[in-house]
Amino acid sequence: MLKRPMAAVALVAALAVGAAACGGTTKNSTAKDGGNAATSGKKADPNAPIKQNLKLAFLPKQVNNPYETIVDNAGIAAAKGFYAQAKEVGPSDASASSQISYLNTLIQQRQDAILIAANDPNAVCGPLKQAMSRKIAVVSYDSDAAKECRDVFINQASSEEIGRSEIKVMSDLIGGKGKIAILSATANATNQNTWIEFMKDELKKPEYSGIQLVKVAYGDDDDQKSFQQTQGLLQAYPDLKGIIAPTTVGIAAAARYVSSSKYKGKVEVSGLGTPNQMRKFVKDGTVHKFELWDPGNLGYLAAYAAAALVSGQITGAQGETFKAGKLGSRTIGKDGEVILGPPTVFDKSNIDNYHF
Amino acid sequence: MAPDASAKTAPALRTRLIRWDVIVTALLIVVFVGGSLGTPDFATSDNLSFALDDLSEIALIALPMTLLVVAAEVDLSVASVLGMSSALLGALWDAGWAIETIVPLLIVVGAAAGLVNGLLVTRLGLPSLAVTIGTMTLYRGLAYVLLGTKAVAEFPQNYADLATKTVPGTPIPYPFALFVVLALLTAAVLHATGAGRAIFAIGAQEEAAFFAGIRVKRIKLLLFVISGVVSAFAGVIYTLRYGSARADNGLGMELAVIAAVLLGGVDFDGGKGTLGGVVAGVLLIGLLRNLLMLHDVATEIQSIVTGLLLIVSVLTPRIVAAVREARRIPRGSLTASSST
Repeated sequence: MLKRPMAAVALVAALAVGAAACGGTTKNSTAKDGGNAATSGKKADPNAPIKQNLKLAFLPKQVNNPYETIVDNAGIAAAKGFYAQAKEVGPSDASASSQISYLNTLIQQRQDAILIAANDPNAVCGPLKQAMSRKIAVVSYDSDAAKECRDVFINQASSEEIGRSEIKVMSDLIGGKGKIAILSATANATNQNTWIEFMKDELKKPEYSGIQLVKVAYGDDDDQKSFQQTQGLLQAYPDLKGIIAPTTVGIAAAARYVSSSKYKGKVEVSGLGTPNQMRKFVKDGTVHKFELWDPGNLGYLAAYAAAALVSGQITGAQGETFKAGKLGSRTIGKDGEVILGPPTVFDKSNIDNYHF
Repeated sequence: MAPDASAKTAPALRTRLIRWDVIVTALLIVVFVGGSLGTPDFATSDNLSFALDDLSEIALIALPMTLLVVAAEVDLSVASVLGMSSALLGALWDAGWAIETIVPLLIVVGAAAGLVNGLLVTRLGLPSLAVTIGTMTLYRGLAYVLLGTKAVAEFPQNYADLATKTVPGTPIPYPFALFVVLALLTAAVLHATGAGRAIFAIGAQEEAAFFAGIRVKRIKLLLFVISGVVSAFAGVIYTLRYGSARADNGLGMELAVIAAVLLGGVDFDGGKGTLGGVVAGVLLIGLLRNLLMLHDVATEIQSIVTGLLLIVSVLTPRIVAAVREARRIPRGSLTASSST
């Protein structure tokens, strides 16, 4: 065989073509299973006490990511409140498969609950199903796993709520009248496009009849490009009243441009941003209000949901409710989703209470 | 004659014990026994099959990589071939192709990818390090062209089971069982056939091997093709195991493979190494990582441990050789002076 490598290659190729001639297992021939079997057979008892000394493990997309660290630390602190031991473990890169070996380890360690921000909704599915079959509660947060592979998903905010509230905030800022533009991320970003659809829908309401959306620009979540797009918007529409940037990169770039231009004080910048990036623009008067969910509360709610699952207060079915400490009572919605609530609005008065 | 022979065996045995592949095997045993005694969840069949399954692709690709490194070549494009194979699998599956058709096609694509590497190295005489850095980027790029940033999921359960279930009655997952079979085959070829000796000869002294009548270019070309084929098949296993075809699958895995090969005592300059050492190296990295994870050791520390181990593995044989050299010289000069 060593003497004829080409012959070997040709043989393999011939075999391949031969195999290709016959039929086989295709996407259409495999039946899809219904899923959600994991929750059947159990019954929720909303009055069951929260068990003590639970072991909870947070598995973020990657460790040392500042956003995820805030979420997880808040969750770990919340767990202390109900006498559970919680920890954060995770990979140093956010690739699809890097969470798998951690999941396997957590199963071996017999954790009571695994809380995961999934890097890939399907890659983590196998081990998560295995965890659930061993009575480990699975809560996804921030980024969902396929829905048959977790008990509940803690959604930071509903898309509808984010979209509609951004129009409301902007309308308040410009007195309900004038031209506005949107500075988004990439043209095909799923999150942003969903929010923009709800913004457009919200604008149809009679109370916003004085507001005209003139353009949706795309800064591709690139600081420099977003900066240039802001410049372009203001040149094209000199009478623009406001820019909504539903992306943390876009809002910071837009605020930076406006703060150093003649438009400062004439154009409102709002949208989704983090307090740390926006602090100086709020203090210098460029930005008056912007929004984001509170990542600390996300971790907090996830921890309570995990405890409620393990203690049998909920099973993950729609309509069940549980108490989430300072956040009050929460109800599980469609597809096992629990929504954190309306985004937090940051302004001069509260921004110094937040550090992320 | 008889006393002479016995005098020779003692140092030979000592040399053998100092050989790095033997040290790695010893380390592996220490880690395994220490882990079993000190960590209750370690030596369970469940945990071991997880750990082995996690190693499947690295272990499989390490086999042809060993042959290449022994022949003083390297293939850095292996993880990209894996990614390209995964992306193509996803794209074709999504388009409604049968998996029984896709897999043989992927093998052909893998062979072609290896052939390109091999031809560039052997026909144009380019260094494999440079060629495969290029094709590493090229094949990864093709993977993104094929599938973009999307992920394809929902592969048939019977095939997914083959990638994750264990051989009945054992904790050995099917992909790892395949590795065991291929490892035995590779070991036999490398250590017990003329072809294996030819590979060592090429790595030790390419020119001498050529003049000794060994078909250097043919053999190297074939090794690159095998590397491509195995990497492409590893892409199938990877995709089915995680149930997700993505263009970024296996990103950076080439370094893990080369680390395992070097840890196994294969000389990066070629001509030296054993397949047993590589198998021990692969297992050592996998079990050590698993053990550290069970103890909640942070990822950074895990990387540091693996990195240090690797440096030690490259340094130790050189230090041993240097010490031996230093000892030999005074002894030699002593006999020379006594005879005069």
